Amino acid sequence: MKLTIDDLIVYFPYEYIYPEQYAYMCELKRALDAKGHCVLEMPSGTGKTTTLLSLIVAYMLENPHVVRKLIYCSRTVPEIEKVIEELKKLLDYYEKQDSSYPSLTGLVLSSRKNMCVHPEVSTEREGKIVDSKCHSLTASYVRDRYSHDDTIPICQYYEGFAMDGKESVLPYGVYSLDDLKQYGRDRNWCPYFLARFAITHANIVVYSYHYLLDPKIADVVSKELTKEAVVIFDEAHNIDNVCIDSMSVKINKRIIEKSTANITLLERTVAEMREDDAKRLQDEYQRLVAGLKDASVARETDVILANPVLPDEVLNEVVPGNIRNAEHFIGFLKRFLEYIKTRLRVQHVVQETPAGFLRDLQSKVCIERKPLKFCAERLASLLRTLEIADMTDFSPLILITHLATLVSTYMKGFTIIVEPFDDKTPTVSNPILHFCCLDSSIAIKPVFDRFQTVVITSGTLSPLDMYPKILNFHPVIMSSFTMTLARPCLLPMIVSKGNDQVAISSKFETREDIAVIRNYGQLLVEVAANVPDGVVCFFTSYLYLESVVASWYDQGVIDSLQRYKLLFIETQDSAETSFALMYYIKACESGRGAVLLSVARGKVSEGVDFDHHLGRAVLMFGIPYVYTQSRILKARLDYLRDQFQIRENDFLTFDAMRHAAQCVGRAIRGKTDYGIMIFADKRFSRADKRSKLPKWIQEHLKDSLCNLSTEEAVQIAKRWLRQMAQPFTREDQLGVSLLTLEQLKSLEASKIEKQGQQL
Amino acid sequence: MTTSSEEILLQVPHVRYKKGDGTLYLMDQRIAWMMENRDTVSISHLYSDIKTQKISPEGKAKVQLQVVLHSGVSSTFHFINRGGIQEQSADRDRVKELLQTLLPKFKRKVDKELEEKNRLLSTNPTLLQLYKDLVMTEVVTSEEFWTHHAVQYTQAQKTQQQAIGVSGAFLADIKPQTDGCNGLKYNITADIIECIFKTYPAVQKKYIEHVPAKLSEAQFWTKFFQSHYFHRDRKYVESKDLFTECGKMDDQEMKKDIQTGVKDPLVDITTFVDKSLDECYGMEVEKTPGSSGTVSQAMIKRFNQHSIMVLKASKNKHPEPESSDSSPSNVKGVEVSSNSISNGISSADDAHVNKKIRIQEKITYEDLDSSNDTSNASKSILNLSKVERYLHGPMPGSNAEYLSVNDASSINRNILNECKQWQGGRQQTSNLVSPAAAVGALGELSPGGALMRGFQEQSLAQLVPSDIEKEVRNLYLSLSELLNHFWKCFPPTTSTLEQKAVKMHEALHRFHGTKVKPFEDKLIRELSPLSYHLTKHLNQLLNVAYQKFNNWQKMKTLHR
Repeated sequence: MKLTIDDLIVYFPYEYIYPEQYAYMCELKRALDAKGHCVLEMPSGTGKTTTLLSLIVAYMLENPHVVRKLIYCSRTVPEIEKVIEELKKLLDYYEKQDSSYPSLTGLVLSSRKNMCVHPEVSTEREGKIVDSKCHSLTASYVRDRYSHDDTIPICQYYEGFAMDGKESVLPYGVYSLDDLKQYGRDRNWCPYFLARFAITHANIVVYSYHYLLDPKIADVVSKELTKEAVVIFDEAHNIDNVCIDSMSVKINKRIIEKSTANITLLERTVAEMREDDAKRLQDEYQRLVAGLKDASVARETDVILANPVLPDEVLNEVVPGNIRNAEHFIGFLKRFLEYIKTRLRVQHVVQETPAGFLRDLQSKVCIERKPLKFCAERLASLLRTLEIADMTDFSPLILITHLATLVSTYMKGFTIIVEPFDDKTPTVSNPILHFCCLDSSIAIKPVFDRFQTVVITSGTLSPLDMYPKILNFHPVIMSSFTMTLARPCLLPMIVSKGNDQVAISSKFETREDIAVIRNYGQLLVEVAANVPDGVVCFFTSYLYLESVVASWYDQGVIDSLQRYKLLFIETQDSAETSFALMYYIKACESGRGAVLLSVARGKVSEGVDFDHHLGRAVLMFGIPYVYTQSRILKARLDYLRDQFQIRENDFLTFDAMRHAAQCVGRAIRGKTDYGIMIFADKRFSRADKRSKLPKWIQEHLKDSLCNLSTEEAVQIAKRWLRQMAQPFTREDQLGVSLLTLEQLKSLEASKIEKQGQQL
Repeated sequence: MTTSSEEILLQVPHVRYKKGDGTLYLMDQRIAWMMENRDTVSISHLYSDIKTQKISPEGKAKVQLQVVLHSGVSSTFHFINRGGIQEQSADRDRVKELLQTLLPKFKRKVDKELEEKNRLLSTNPTLLQLYKDLVMTEVVTSEEFWTHHAVQYTQAQKTQQQAIGVSGAFLADIKPQTDGCNGLKYNITADIIECIFKTYPAVQKKYIEHVPAKLSEAQFWTKFFQSHYFHRDRKYVESKDLFTECGKMDDQEMKKDIQTGVKDPLVDITTFVDKSLDECYGMEVEKTPGSSGTVSQAMIKRFNQHSIMVLKASKNKHPEPESSDSSPSNVKGVEVSSNSISNGISSADDAHVNKKIRIQEKITYEDLDSSNDTSNASKSILNLSKVERYLHGPMPGSNAEYLSVNDASSINRNILNECKQWQGGRQQTSNLVSPAAAVGALGELSPGGALMRGFQEQSLAQLVPSDIEKEVRNLYLSLSELLNHFWKCFPPTTSTLEQKAVKMHEALHRFHGTKVKPFEDKLIRELSPLSYHLTKHLNQLLNVAYQKFNNWQKMKTLHR
């Protein structure tokens, strides 16, 4: 349908529209007009992606000079592929309506692992190996050597692309991963480099968060993107963690050992080169003296190692004299490594600021801050000069140089924690040096500064005001949309006690209580006996899952569970878990029904949807708090309190509740879907927890559903399931949760009228 | 009674039947036996009536032959040739052989049908009960019964039987019992053994290897139950057990399967993260590799394995392609990889198409699209005016719906009247209830009184003897079957439906007369206090049906 939003004609590729989609578009339009950032929460399964795309594409076509580009960031590869398919559908709809394809190009960018078409390289499964193999075939010096010697292997696809790919422009259209691969194969071009090249002039780019947030990648990939762009972070409820992760580094013993070996190898290689081909080292030195930042002509294929710090912090200065010479630099690295080694030799936990660390470094081994800042760049330059093909071997040393650069660049928002052993095994010495980013706003700041509109959206962002605080930005629009429903298709319940009236809770004191574990087991068995098809359970942590399963086995809960459904459990091995998941789906599809035990914050809870029969009930056993004894977390909480005035408890509850909401939200994937959400912990019924759930869940969580025993919950669920099993037709939805164009127009007219009356 | 036209094929003297000696004749149409010194045939069976013949086993003292008829009656002939056992059995064998050649000729096709029906009746007790109640009492004719009331049974016969899957809890269902002297006793049945073999082919292999060559069957299973393999909470790495190898084989199988990967891109969480960085960036606490050491971890793995194998066990049975299965089954996956050398591209294309379909499935909102309107139209939709009633069954108070307009208005009037009177009485007096009325009310409120009927009804279940209960159940069964067909005729849009309605109405009346009435009489005789309650609902059901029928008839005559 074609609808008008505030004078903008929007093509929506469906015949009907949800009211909340319309509202979402209105808010988004306002944010675009204001050229400001916004935070929007809309329940999963209400067609967020298609709404976003329809409005922004319409806006781009209408105002091509205001918004030139749309950058859509999502979290997982399947999500990315879904977005690109939706985009395809939208542009096809444009073509059908206007009988001409809109002059837009949309494409996806992913890592080499997902895009490579080289017959040998693409068979590798590990992303890192693909990268380094690709590098060994396409690096500039390899290609130089090839020009003298035909036997040197190179990648024909990259050669093809380098030959004539850069002059051409991708025809208008939408390119998914498979389309790009096919396009590349047809023309003998490398799809990865084609995509890297094409994103600078494509109108719509879809890729993963990391390509924008992680400075190590963003610098390589996203440097050239225009400022007049709209950036969307979809599924953004975890964005602060992504930001923090991208700036944090940790060093353990293994890394130290491997780096030592790296340095020895590097030393030998330099010595050999000094004898064979001293000129090359001399050249590099000369270039560094001359102040060329990159000491060699930067080629796209060479920049596999980028600076770990954000672009605004990268110094445009000459590399300091004491590390220009290759041998001097190696000596410098050796000293730094020795220093870290001594730091790891501690008996108790040490926490200090980067400034303190630098001071100590200065006094102990006489390393100054300035050369340290250039460490990462200098190593990259050296490796390039030495023509080292296999970068993966040097990853430990690269990590060390990244630490050096980061610690000398950032004074605020970071901390250094050295732990001599794991808390669980205090007798085993396993020292780790954590360099932690405490401030999620650091990594995302350049994004907010650079692009005119940044949209943060997800199904679970409540409480909304938390995100602007922790990401330190000022949104022009903040809005949460609910799900209009023609029937109560979600049934949230808080089960606070078992049949024996013992309060159930995963809080620390009662966690190991047999009665609590038994009650959890009984709840699950009852649910499994009464709910058809799939049931998914989330535990607060993997350790807790393990111990509960062990006691369930002893108590015979597992046996009675197996009588009703097949049992699958998430493990720490993702291949194994995927396999179990596949069979879980098979079990649900064959009608046997299955139970999946999984972990909040685990991979399953973050990326797998349990729509329709795959998840008729979700149980949340306990509140998924983070491990609060962690020193890193404590440091972050302190920082949040001091810098953003966020109380510890507020943040912990916020974090736990967003994960809980994320878990239970897995079951509802649309308005025709239905599912039970059981929060099995007494603490959920407290106002501070309840009020932090997303609005669309809160709405259905009536007071009468907040303090149930197992028996009561099962009775309610039974009644509800029978109601939900009735046929659900469009007629039921129409007018309430589904609108035709006419209804939309009349609604709009009445709204305007109402506004007029109010004035 | 031997007709002259009959030809005697065989005549065997010295045959005893029910303590009388005589001669057995095999004629061209029938088998007959005549008492010695009489000229009338006392036993005569047409060959076509004979279902089968049986003979006594060799070495038995008596040499006998038995013919079994379709009706279930059988006649046993005892051969008593004085020549001894050999002669006797020679006699018997002659009869037997001749019968063997004769009987097939007389097997009629009808018999097969009859037999089939017989079998159906004997295997389905509910159907038999229905048959007894409806056909034997001549409420409906036998033909009607088979064409209308037993359709589901006869059709079920035709559809192929589904292979029975394996229960997920079959291992858990083997409950050990103490045998009284500090030991455990496990009871397993052939079913359980089959389940174990189906699910764990490795165990079957071991079984074939060891039983009976090295171990007896009992020993094998004893070892099985002692093994770490069976007890899932133990590790079997170190032990030198018969089943250690089984566990290892299973593990290897699983590992191989995992390595072939998961075809569904939306499920394969290994490929979710689009980032190729080293492990030491980020804040996540590193997990130590190879930490599957703890017992509970091994157990979790075992549970997954168990569920997967249970599923596989039932999957392997039907190798037909499952088109609806969106994630291709593992068997298929192996095939693809084995011939991928020859057509690697096509299989890759397959995967892409598959992926695309999956993603399309995920992104389409069927309720937003208009294209699927047509597909819904073909389905007939249940139109419920009161969903609650449909879900929870008739509720107390729903009787009111059967009130006619007249009744309702009269009740209304009564209530109005009463209200008026009550208003007047309010001012009248200070003593509220007269003593006599109070005593009366108390009487009514004590058990057995009119107001305590609800109380009595609750205990009805205990008061009714089990045979009566069974009878009531049977009555309900038959009646609901009839009513089912009766109500199906409404609205009678075609003439056949009308006819059927009339017929069913008659059948209901007959049923009422032959079954319900006598039952009620019996109740009054035996259990007078209950008589009314027990059949109240039955009568109500019947009356509603009659009323409906009468209304319909009236309408019909009116319209004419």
